[in-house]
Amino acid sequence: MVVALVLVLVAVGSVVFHLLSPWWFTPIASNWGYIDATINITFWITGFVFSAVVLFMAYCVFRFRHVDGRRAAHQPESTRLESWLGIATAVGVAAMLAPGLFVWSQFVTVPAGTAELEVVGQQWQWSFRLPGKQGRLGTSDPQYVSADNPLGLNPNDPKGRDNIVIVGDDLHLPIGKPVKLLLRSLDVVHDFWVPEFRAKMDLLPGLVTYFWFTPTKVGTYEILCAGFCGIGHPQMRGSVVVEEENAYQAWLGKQQTFEQLTKKQLAKK
Amino acid sequence: MGEVIFGSGGVVPAAELPDVELYHAKTWITKYVFSQDAKVIAVQYSITAMAIGVVALVLSWLMRLQLGFPGTFSFISAEGYYQFITMHGMIMVIYLLTALFLGGFGNYLIPLMVGARDMVFPYANMLSYWLYLLAVLVLVASIFAPGGPTGAGWTLYPPQAILGGTPGAEAGIILMLLSLILFIIGFTMGGLNYVVTVLQGRTRGMTLMRMPLTVWGIFTATVMALLAFPALFVAAVMMLFDRTLGTSFFMPSLVSMGEHLKYGGGSPILWQHLFWFFGHPEVYIVALPAFGIVSDLISVHARKAIFGYRMMVWAIVIIGALSFVVWAHHMYVSGMNLNFGFFFAVTTLIIAVPTAIKVYNWVLTLWHADIHLTVPMLFALGFVVTFVNGGLTGLFLGNVVVDLPLSATMFVVAHFHMVMGVAPILVVFGGIYHWYPKVTGRMMDDRLGKLHFWVTFLGAYAIFFPMHYLGLIGVPRRYYELGETAFIPKSAETLNVFITLAALIVGAAQMVFLFNLVRSLFNGRLAGGNPWNATSLEWQTPETPPAHGNWGKELPVVYRWAYDYSVPGAERDFIPQNQPPAGVAAQATITAVSAAH
Repeated sequence: MVVALVLVLVAVGSVVFHLLSPWWFTPIASNWGYIDATINITFWITGFVFSAVVLFMAYCVFRFRHVDGRRAAHQPESTRLESWLGIATAVGVAAMLAPGLFVWSQFVTVPAGTAELEVVGQQWQWSFRLPGKQGRLGTSDPQYVSADNPLGLNPNDPKGRDNIVIVGDDLHLPIGKPVKLLLRSLDVVHDFWVPEFRAKMDLLPGLVTYFWFTPTKVGTYEILCAGFCGIGHPQMRGSVVVEEENAYQAWLGKQQTFEQLTKKQLAKK
Repeated sequence: MGEVIFGSGGVVPAAELPDVELYHAKTWITKYVFSQDAKVIAVQYSITAMAIGVVALVLSWLMRLQLGFPGTFSFISAEGYYQFITMHGMIMVIYLLTALFLGGFGNYLIPLMVGARDMVFPYANMLSYWLYLLAVLVLVASIFAPGGPTGAGWTLYPPQAILGGTPGAEAGIILMLLSLILFIIGFTMGGLNYVVTVLQGRTRGMTLMRMPLTVWGIFTATVMALLAFPALFVAAVMMLFDRTLGTSFFMPSLVSMGEHLKYGGGSPILWQHLFWFFGHPEVYIVALPAFGIVSDLISVHARKAIFGYRMMVWAIVIIGALSFVVWAHHMYVSGMNLNFGFFFAVTTLIIAVPTAIKVYNWVLTLWHADIHLTVPMLFALGFVVTFVNGGLTGLFLGNVVVDLPLSATMFVVAHFHMVMGVAPILVVFGGIYHWYPKVTGRMMDDRLGKLHFWVTFLGAYAIFFPMHYLGLIGVPRRYYELGETAFIPKSAETLNVFITLAALIVGAAQMVFLFNLVRSLFNGRLAGGNPWNATSLEWQTPETPPAHGNWGKELPVVYRWAYDYSVPGAERDFIPQNQPPAGVAAQATITAVSAAH
C-alpha cells in the first residue's frame, strides 16, 4: 500500500516538478528554435512513457501484493502483446528521431554565402580572427605562435596580412546574418558554447572544426568553455555582442589587422 | 504453451563433459587467501570493490560540498575538485561496478547457477583477482603520488590529460594508465573463465535456454567486455608512451602555456574514438548484469515466471551487439565529421526498442503476480523507476540535435548517474540482500534493509531528477565554481544546496547497509538452504553456504527452466530446476571421473 502510494507520488511529483520548475532554457538568440521544439516533443513522449510505466507498476503492487492464499497467474509470454508493444515503441522513437534528423540535416548544411570567422582557444582564453578586405583567412600553424603572433598566423601568407586579430576582447556579430565559426585550438580540447545560441562544438589542436548559426537577437552573450581543459576551465569566458549592421561596421573599423599589430610590435622593439 | 517450451518436458540432453577433479586446498592460505574457489574469489572481489567504493562515496561528498557551498571549504581546491571527480568516476564505473557485477556476482553465481563445480580455469581465476587488487592498489597509490592523482576527468582526454594545466599530470596520470592496464589483464583472465564456464561447464540438462537471466546478463556482458576492453588497453598503452617516451599518438603540434612542445602529427580525436569504443559498451557491461539479476529478483519475489523469457534473452544479446555501433554518440560535438551524427543517432535510438521491451516485460511480470514486498523486491522496483527515467533521458542525448545544447551540462551528469549509477547500484543492493543468505547462511536484517532502501531510492531520485533542470538552464559540468554567470539564476544555487544535502543523507544511509552486512554475519536469522523458495540451482545445493565443489558427490541434473513459479496443478508455487517431472524417474548424472569433496 505504502509502496504503491510512493510510486504514484514519484510519477505525479516528477510531472508536477517539470511543469512548475522555474528552471528552463535561457531565451533563445539564434535560428536553432527547432532544437527547442525537438526537446519539447521528446519531453512529452518520454514523460508519458515514464508516467505510464510507473503508474502501471504502482497499480500492480497495490492490486497483486501478497495476501494469504494468493497465487500468481501462469503466463510465461505473449508474442502478440510483446510485438505490439515493440511496434508502438518503434513508432514513438521514430517520432522523436525524425524531427531530430531533419534539424540535424540543416545543422550540417551551411547556407551558401555564409560569412566565416575563426575562433581560437587556448588555456584559458578565447581569441578571434576575421577576414579583412580581401575576404580570406590566411593559413596558420602553432609553430608560428610567438608573443607578436599569438594566434600563430603564417607570416609568409599574403592572405593573412589583412586579417583582423582580436585577442582578449569581445567578438561582435551583425544580427540576422548567418555565420560559420571555424574552430581551432592551440593546446588542448576546448568547446565553444553560448547557451543562447544552443549549438556548441569542440576545438581541437591539429584540426579545424566548425558549426554555423544566425544570431537573431541583439545583446551581449557569455561564451563558456564546455570541453574540460584543465584547472582554469570555469574561468575560460568571453563575450559575443550581437548588434545592428551599422554598429557592427563601426566596431569593425576600429579593429587592427595582423599587419598593423606586427608593425606596432616591431616599432616597439 | 508454456509447458512444452519452458518447463517440464523432462528432456535431458546428454552432458558434454565428464565431471572434473578440482584442486583441493590444503592450507588456510590456499583456501581463503590465494584461493582458487570461485565463491571465495567472488567474496574477495566484492569486498575489495566495496572498499574502494567507499572511497568513491567520500569523494562524491567532497565534490557535492564544493558545488553546494562553493568557496566555503578551504580544503577543497580547484585541483582537488578535479581530482575528486576523476577518481570518483573511474572508481565507480570500472573498479566498483564492473568488478562487482562480473568479478563478484559472476564468480559466485555462474558456477552455481549452471550446475558446475567451479570455474573452468580456477588458477587463472585466482590470478584475475590478485591483478585486480594490484590495479586498485596502484590507483590508491596515485592519490599519494607527487602532484596527486590525475584530475583529467574520467575520460582522460588528451592533450590535457598529460599537460601541465591539468592536476596530476606528473605521476598521477601514469599510475592511472598503469592501473587500467593491470585491471584489463586481470579482467581478461576472469572474463575468459566466465564465458567458457557458461559455454562448456553447464551440468546435464542445463540448456542455454534454461539458464536464469542472471547468467545470460553476466555472460553477454563478459563477452562484450572481452571485446571492448582491448580498445582501452591499446589507448592506455599509447597514452603512456606519449606521456613517458614522447611519442605523438594523440598529440599534434601544440603550444602549451606559451611553450612549443616537441609533439606533432598525432590526433586527440583518435583517443576519443578508442575510449568510447570501450566506453559505450562499458555502459552495457554494467547494465546487462543488472538487467539479468533484476529479472530474477522480480520473478522470484513476484512468484511468477519472468514474462517473455525468450524475448528477454534475445533483447540482451541484441543490445549487446548494437552497443558496439553507437559509441560516437558521446562525440556529437567532438569535431568528428558531422555526417556521422545521422548514423549514430539512428543506431542509438534503435537500442531503445529492445531496451523498452525489457522494461515492459519486467512490469508485465508483476501483472496478476503474487508480489512479496521483500527488500530485494523493493530494490528491483526502485531499479525499474530509475532505469526508465535514466533510459528516457538517453533519448534526448542520443538524438544528435538535442545533444547540442545539453552535452557537457549537468543534464548529462544527471542522465548517466540515473541510468548507470543509481539503477545498477540498486540492483547490486537487491542482489546482495537476495543472495546473502546463500553466501553466509544468514538473513540480513529486514528493517535496516527497508530503511536503507527508502533513503537510498528516494534520496538518489531527489539528487538526480532535479539535476536535469540545472542542465536545461545551461549549468555546465566539470566547473569547480560557476562564478558570476548572467544566464544562471540565483535559484540554481538553492537547488545545488538541496542536492548536496540529499547526497550527504544518501551517503550516510550506505553506512546502515555496511553495518547490516557485517552484523548479520553474526546475528542474522539462520536462512536455511532456500529461504526465498526459488527454483534456480544455486538454492538447491546440499549445503549452505555451498562447500568447495558445490554439489557433493553428484552434479545436479536439470529438467526444466528457471522460472517454474505458480505452475497450475503443482503442489507448491515453485518447482526447482532439478526436480524431475511427475512420472519421470530421476536421471543419473554422468559417471563422475572422480567425485569432489
